Amino acid sequence: MDHLKAINRKAQRIQEHVGAPGAAVPVPEVGPGGGPAASGVPPGADPGDMDVVGLESGPHIPLGCSLVFAPGWEVDSTGGTAGLCQPVERDLFDCHLACFWPAHVPDQLNHAPDWTGKCAAAQKDWRKIDLIFP
Amino acid sequence: MSTGAVNDAAPAPAATPAAGVIAAATEPVFLAQREFHPFEAGGETFLYLVPSAAVFYLDEASHSVLQALDRGPASEDDIVAALGPRFGESAVRLSLGELMRVQAIGLTTAAPETFPRVLPQANFPLTTMVLNVTNKCNLACTYCYEYGEDKIVDTTCDPAPTYMSEETARQSVDFMFEQSGELPVAHLTFFGGETLLNFKVLKKTAAYARERAKELGKDVDFSLTTNGTLLKEEVIEWLAENRVGVTVSIDGPKETQDKFRVFKNGMGSYDYALPKIKMLLERHRTRPIGARVTLTRQTLDVPRIFNHLRNELGFWEVGFAPVTTADGRGYAIEDTGFDHMLGQFEELAQEFLEFALEDRHHGFSNVKETLEEIHKGVSKAFPCGAGLGLMGVATDGEVALCHRFAGSDDHSIGSVHNGLDRKRQFEFLGRHHVANKTDCSTCWARPLCAGGCYHEAHVRYGDTGKANLHYCDWIRSWTDTCLKVYGEIAVHNPGYLEQFD
Ligand code: SF4
Ligand code: SF4
Repeated sequence: MDHLKAINRKAQRIQEHVGAPGAAVPVPEVGPGGGPAASGVPPGADPGDMDVVGLESGPHIPLGCSLVFAPGWEVDSTGGTAGLCQPVERDLFDCHLACFWPAHVPDQLNHAPDWTGKCAAAQKDWRKIDLIFP
Repeated sequence: MSTGAVNDAAPAPAATPAAGVIAAATEPVFLAQREFHPFEAGGETFLYLVPSAAVFYLDEASHSVLQALDRGPASEDDIVAALGPRFGESAVRLSLGELMRVQAIGLTTAAPETFPRVLPQANFPLTTMVLNVTNKCNLACTYCYEYGEDKIVDTTCDPAPTYMSEETARQSVDFMFEQSGELPVAHLTFFGGETLLNFKVLKKTAAYARERAKELGKDVDFSLTTNGTLLKEEVIEWLAENRVGVTVSIDGPKETQDKFRVFKNGMGSYDYALPKIKMLLERHRTRPIGARVTLTRQTLDVPRIFNHLRNELGFWEVGFAPVTTADGRGYAIEDTGFDHMLGQFEELAQEFLEFALEDRHHGFSNVKETLEEIHKGVSKAFPCGAGLGLMGVATDGEVALCHRFAGSDDHSIGSVHNGLDRKRQFEFLGRHHVANKTDCSTCWARPLCAGGCYHEAHVRYGDTGKANLHYCDWIRSWTDTCLKVYGEIAVHNPGYLEQFD
């Protein structure tokens, strides 16, 4: 291609697929409602050229937690712990008395003494822990 | 330039491509932008295409062609007439053709690109099992801490229900290997309230996993997260010997912690954990050690926290996660605090960029992870691996979508005793595919975000299937920042990106 340059790996794959001079202009193979397009493939064209580019090998199936700043990244995309997430609600209990993380929990001594009142067994009840607004 | 949208004309047979770009059709055909996110970096213009997640550099002609479609569809001839004098007719036609091929633009008559609703094959292997070795999280258990760490490690009584038993842990290991299929390596992550509270079982489980791995001709890799307060010599040596990946949850330097001392009751503190963490960093050299920081609006000094953890203490990587609990009504982190935080992340990302341009390790793990995903061009079918390659096991052996759902009966997908409930697993996956999230269907960030954490959605909206619309602005700004960092590196030091291949 002369006017576009593939930068990432996906773009390179797309370029290999459609970049050759004379390659057909792709027309989505999927028609409205998800069925095959009624006449998306021009007569005489190789339907292989008509694939939805870049998706030919199917979308990515992720392995670890979600995008970096989404809360849950106790496990990162490689299954390790190099980039991790904020604590789970269950952690809160560990934090607020054992207190390595006082920052994450309300001040239960003064401001919000009943914060965990509805939550006798956190493993089952943690959703009952309420938000506290200062 | 706006993100392209396909017009809403009734679907009609697509025009026939022919010489030039579009066939000499009987009816005039119009071209329109499709979905992409443009960004500038290193003095150049790039396109992030959606949903393919491809990144292309645009030259001036193709950039102008796209701009010509900013205000809506136009015919090929109109575009050629407008831009031909500047770039030459053939260059304009060529660049139109190229933009069509990569689907940055398309015929207005073409159906919008749909995301193939591909579900993984039925025996999709388990990559990572997160073992909740302790769920020490009710008040009685926190009192336990006050009796001192030795009580827990030395206890000879039956383990409390809040601790996973040895038997369940062994069964979990068997389950893990069984579910890992053909994969040569299984990842076992120990998790909990405070993981090290159940060090005894953890140790035995790891030994058992090694034994089983050997029998099966596989490898097993361990990691855990700890707040550092229970680290001691014996533990650290064991971690180092077993090459356990360790991440310490720590919120920053002393003054950051001290701000919160007003909330605490006297146990544990920066000073309490610091010597232990230092010992860990000194003695555990077999794996890089990371820190994870949770930001609150009172601790928004990202550069200071990073500098302390990375440079003063010597963590290899530091990752940040902002607390995003409130729903936007009156919670400062979402307005000025939010901008402030994003600004600081951008600053740190800039610093990361400077390091990357000199091939130096920086340690801001949030950027690095995203760069890798951008480089590979991942376009996610699901926001994360929960219920797929990643599963969480609760202390009683119930298998949950992930560690965050461990212990929630509603989200159980089997147990290590009775095996995986494939039907429930696939029902879940079918319902949570990104193609089902109509809210995300016009968002350019969806190849990377795909709607975000199920657990967050569950807490927030009571429905794991909802998109996390409360943090879209954050996700899009951050993704844009990372794209720019990526573009700069691609222009000035492309060799750096090879590590992600
Ligand atoms: S549901 Fe949330 S916490 Fe669980 S793996 Fe996914 S992103 Fe992580
Ligand atoms: S949750 Fe928001 S940012 Fe994420 S893909 Fe959906 S619309 Fe985009």
